[in-house]
Amino acid sequence: MIHATVSLEAKGLELWYGKFQALRGISVVIPHNQITAIIGPSGCGKSSLLRCFNRMNDLIPGSRVKGEVLFDGRSIYGADVDPTEVRYRIGMVFQKPNPFPKSVFDNVAFGPRVNGIQGNLEERVEHALRRAALWDEIKDRLHKSAMQLSGGQQQRLCIARTLALEPEVILMDEPCSALDPVATLKIEDLMKSLVEEYTIVIVTHNMQQAGRVSDMAAFLMMEEDRAGTLVEYGPTAQLFTNPKDKRTEDYITGRIG
Amino acid sequence: MLQRSLHSARTGVEGSTESLMRLRRQSRIREAVIQRLLLTCALVSVFTTVGIVVMLVVQAAGFFSEVSALEFFTGTQWTPLFQPRRFGVLPLVGGTILTAGIAILVALPIGLAAAIYLSEYAHDRVRRAVKPSLEILAGVPTVVYGYFALTFVTPLLRNVFPDMIVFNALSAGLVMGVMIIPMVSSLSEDAMVAVPRSLRDAAYGLGANRFEVATRVVMPAATSGIVAACILALSRAVGETMIMVIAAGSTPRLTFNPLESIQTMTAYIVQISLGETPHGTVEYYTLFAVGLLLFVMTLLMNLFSQWFVGRYREKY
Repeated sequence: MIHATVSLEAKGLELWYGKFQALRGISVVIPHNQITAIIGPSGCGKSSLLRCFNRMNDLIPGSRVKGEVLFDGRSIYGADVDPTEVRYRIGMVFQKPNPFPKSVFDNVAFGPRVNGIQGNLEERVEHALRRAALWDEIKDRLHKSAMQLSGGQQQRLCIARTLALEPEVILMDEPCSALDPVATLKIEDLMKSLVEEYTIVIVTHNMQQAGRVSDMAAFLMMEEDRAGTLVEYGPTAQLFTNPKDKRTEDYITGRIG
Repeated sequence: MLQRSLHSARTGVEGSTESLMRLRRQSRIREAVIQRLLLTCALVSVFTTVGIVVMLVVQAAGFFSEVSALEFFTGTQWTPLFQPRRFGVLPLVGGTILTAGIAILVALPIGLAAAIYLSEYAHDRVRRAVKPSLEILAGVPTVVYGYFALTFVTPLLRNVFPDMIVFNALSAGLVMGVMIIPMVSSLSEDAMVAVPRSLRDAAYGLGANRFEVATRVVMPAATSGIVAACILALSRAVGETMIMVIAAGSTPRLTFNPLESIQTMTAYIVQISLGETPHGTVEYYTLFAVGLLLFVMTLLMNLFSQWFVGRYREKY
């Protein structure tokens, strides 16, 4: 099934926070222009794994990474790699909508501004907002505070903020966990339309959501020392209907987690 | 009867209802006494403030019955102690603004930079060591700062400005600036640390570096706290007395040349309080007029700061 080219690849990835090992021996291949879901019970290291893909864990004091993460074949943890460039090309959307306490426009323009992107900023902002299916709702409120938007709008604004940088990959860390069902469906529809241009990796603890949106699914669990390991990885349909591992089956059928 | 037996069952002593009631009443009385006592303590500061204001206003009224408010607020000569007597307060206000301005020019950039370092760059261990040592600066008695300005900073500055006067606004202002750095940095840092982690994550996730996160996300989000810190530091500078008495001089002069000798409002009040100014004279009453003006200035600053914080506080 994996005919698409590889976007991101983790090879024997290990992660520590101080003395605590959070991930052990993770090897996974994220295909281009598909939605890959990372699923598993709480605390199994889903978000930690996601944050390895754009070096967000670097910001946590005491974190350490072993193994490799390749992006378009190049190691993102190489000595010559600037982590800010990694984060610019691999965008991220967080669990809770976290717009800056600035105007809608300034939120979307933030990325292009700090990265010194030339060209027409208004066009770029409009394009990103259109792409995030938010333009029609807020085009008259571009210079109002982003804090006044609803939760779902705020999360789509955060997606637009990422899109303004035209990244290659978008990492989403439980993007709907703070949203109501209607807003959740809007985000899911958005993801399906974005995947034509972008590679998406989503962490979710919502099985139905993983089933609805993802092409590939990775199932993580923690071992006895609480380090997260990859139990099974494959096309979502196969993982959900015909899991190879007993633990995957137990989790999917709701027997654990 | 039922109730009585229930009570006795609970206490285990037959017929103890009355003593129980008495105990309850006693504890209620004690509560009331405690409450009154605490209220009295809280009111001490309120009454003191009211007392000060009333005293200032009444005495200042005595001053303004002899000197016109117009002369006081617009005159540019302040010579109440010798002939011809002039009562224009502007030279004192100017001296205060000049030194406080120099102080804030020193404290604002350094204090903010220190706050940014502590909240965004420093490791936990460094922060825990540096923050208290910065706050030690605030604990140094101001008289020590005053002599530091006069005997160390002034000679140093005179190497650069040979014709600078011994008592001058620059040296006093600079040292006062150092003194208020901890106020600016400590309060600003508190405001910056309170900015939620999620906003920093968002900015880092968009490829911002540490400095951009600090200046474009954390500082704007902490604006209200930072402004409050600066105004508090400024009002501290306006009210600072000892450094001004020792190092800035006692020559009321309306000038914006920091190399000259000036006199601040606070230093003038000290001069009058120490001198042989007889009670009941106009010279004596100037004390209260200047004191009232100083009080009003710092009060306005604090009110502005409160209004600003309320108006611009970010709700994350």
